[in-house]
Amino acid sequence: MNRPIRVLVAKPGLDGHDRGAKVVARAMRDAGMEVIYTGLRQTPEQIAEAAIQEDVDCVAMSILSGAHNYLFPKVVQLLKEKGGEDILVIGGGVIPEEDIPGLKEAGIAEIFTPGTPTSVTIEFIKNNIKRN
Amino acid sequence: MYNKEKLEALKAERQKWEETEIAKVLTKKPERKEKFLSTSGYEVKRLYTPEDIEDLDYSRDLSFPGEYPFTRGVQPTMYRGKLWTMRQYAGFATAEESNKRYKYLLEQGQTGLSVAFDLPTQIGYDSDHPLAEGEVGKVGVAIDSLKDMEILFDGIPLDKVSTSMTINAPAAVLLAMYIAVAEKQGVSSDKLSGTIQNDILKEYIARGTYIFPIEPSMRLITNIFEYCAKYVPKWNTISISGYHIREAGSTAVQEVAFTLADGIAYVEAAIKAGLDVDEFAPRLSFFFNAHNDLLEEVAKFRAARRLWAKIMKERFNAKDPRSMMLRFHTQTGGSTLTAQQPDNNIVRVAIQTLAAVLGGTQSLHTNSRDEALALPTEDSVRIALRTQQIVAYESGVADTIDPLAGSYYVESLTNEIEKRAAEYIAKIDEMGGAPKAIERGYIQQEIQDSAYKYQQEVERGERIVVGMNKFQIKESAPKGLLKVDPAVGELQKQKLKALKAERDNIKVQESLEALRKAAEGDDNLMPYILTAVKQYATLGEICGVLREVFGEYQQSVIL
Repeated sequence: MNRPIRVLVAKPGLDGHDRGAKVVARAMRDAGMEVIYTGLRQTPEQIAEAAIQEDVDCVAMSILSGAHNYLFPKVVQLLKEKGGEDILVIGGGVIPEEDIPGLKEAGIAEIFTPGTPTSVTIEFIKNNIKRN
Repeated sequence: MYNKEKLEALKAERQKWEETEIAKVLTKKPERKEKFLSTSGYEVKRLYTPEDIEDLDYSRDLSFPGEYPFTRGVQPTMYRGKLWTMRQYAGFATAEESNKRYKYLLEQGQTGLSVAFDLPTQIGYDSDHPLAEGEVGKVGVAIDSLKDMEILFDGIPLDKVSTSMTINAPAAVLLAMYIAVAEKQGVSSDKLSGTIQNDILKEYIARGTYIFPIEPSMRLITNIFEYCAKYVPKWNTISISGYHIREAGSTAVQEVAFTLADGIAYVEAAIKAGLDVDEFAPRLSFFFNAHNDLLEEVAKFRAARRLWAKIMKERFNAKDPRSMMLRFHTQTGGSTLTAQQPDNNIVRVAIQTLAAVLGGTQSLHTNSRDEALALPTEDSVRIALRTQQIVAYESGVADTIDPLAGSYYVESLTNEIEKRAAEYIAKIDEMGGAPKAIERGYIQQEIQDSAYKYQQEVERGERIVVGMNKFQIKESAPKGLLKVDPAVGELQKQKLKALKAERDNIKVQESLEALRKAAEGDDNLMPYILTAVKQYATLGEICGVLREVFGEYQQSVIL
């Protein structure tokens, strides 16, 4: 199976800070991935729906508003309900260290905080997507 | 400023110096980099001399503080008369919590308030809206109705403080609430001073808290201009913002260019709506970012002032000098803060503070060291405020006006930034102005390209960010970050429920219907919004009516 890795880059919630999401999306594209960017203000339902429809390998979400503890786990839960439990879910943004264990427990594979090089995120995706 | 003969002689001397001294040194030891590039992409030369500003005409290009083209500042005595307003942007959780923080800041010597609203408030949703789930009280205070606003300013005399509110799409509603609270305190609206951000164009470009499409949004803005000119004459009706454009990744040049292009669009809209330019233009204000490249930033502020003065005079035929003055608020650069070794951010903020002050800002917010991690704690906010106070009272830079004027480098850079920004504005004019350029995604694309380029330079190590891509240490997780209680959402929901039970719901409906009819017609909407607010109609109800009439903006997604 040689198709490129497909990633949905998503901005859940009302947060308008999309510099990071767009920079990461572009870096992924330059690394040969197929990237779909949702744009702002997506509900967890819309994100899960798009992930299934677009048949992505990974959902990468970014939140800088502090609503991550609610929104990230919600997306994971909806993906499971819709049969997308194999999709790798990662997150980034302004996320306090102490919130990370809880998010991982909720099924977010990794959290990338400010200062993370895009290459680190890209490597992580390559190494962790769940397909042959 | 220099005579031709002397310049010729200087040129010869400089060439000689380069061919002998410099050439000799370079053969032994090359410079640190082959090319020194500013963040705006132009090459920074080894040395600046009078040759670089040979065309500078003091009277024409610099003049005196308080005089056209205001390059050296907008007030005749600048900080010798009065220091800039120290204004820390704050607000979180409930109105009660934020009220406490404001009182604390005022006690600490802060001289103006700056209100941060949570995202549901900024996007016109009440706290019980499904899209507000998880966001209530997070990045600012939750305001659902006049009731919350009364609590927010409880015990703060609104005729004594000036208040800046970072609110855009629903700015008319929050301004109406502020006027209503003041009225209850016995303060008439003509005594109120402060600012609403009210800059929707940069929301489409960079910040994201838009609601309505461009046209009705521009109408709301001109409605506010018109209303305030009559009833709230000391109010800054808009804060045309480059801050968020820079945060989204633009260069310094783009920050000036796109902000002034937005400014041009607002002036055009107001003139088109029948207002006289000198009636509203003196109340326009601006909001810029201060980043680490100290001298480029100082030049940026000076260039922005000069360029705006020319635009107002030459393009819009303003007659009142106040219409030509670019007065601005500054915030230090949030995106320059690192999550690594957060105490280093105190130093960055100090440099940025200097840039803002040497650039002649009217007010300043200094970021706190922990803002790449969470909302700032009280300790961090105090250090940020103290940074301003140290610059104000100890550094000496506030004792003379525009002290960097005449620097070969700063003057040359001021010219360069003005020239490049004017070129961008000409390009945007060709597209039909900022709204059209935004619809086409041109401005967003330019910013994204700069952001991506910057990120790549950092990742390749071409740009050093201390503590992040060089001089790293092993760190343990920072402790004592501010946490917003997740119960805030529930609390706001209960308050809403109680409010809806106790207010006069018939009068609320009547006021909302009147607003709807007005929105469908051409009336100024401010009086209708004020009436609805006083009946305790909620922000979500008022914006809901306007959403039904105006529709919602659809973002063009550009990658």
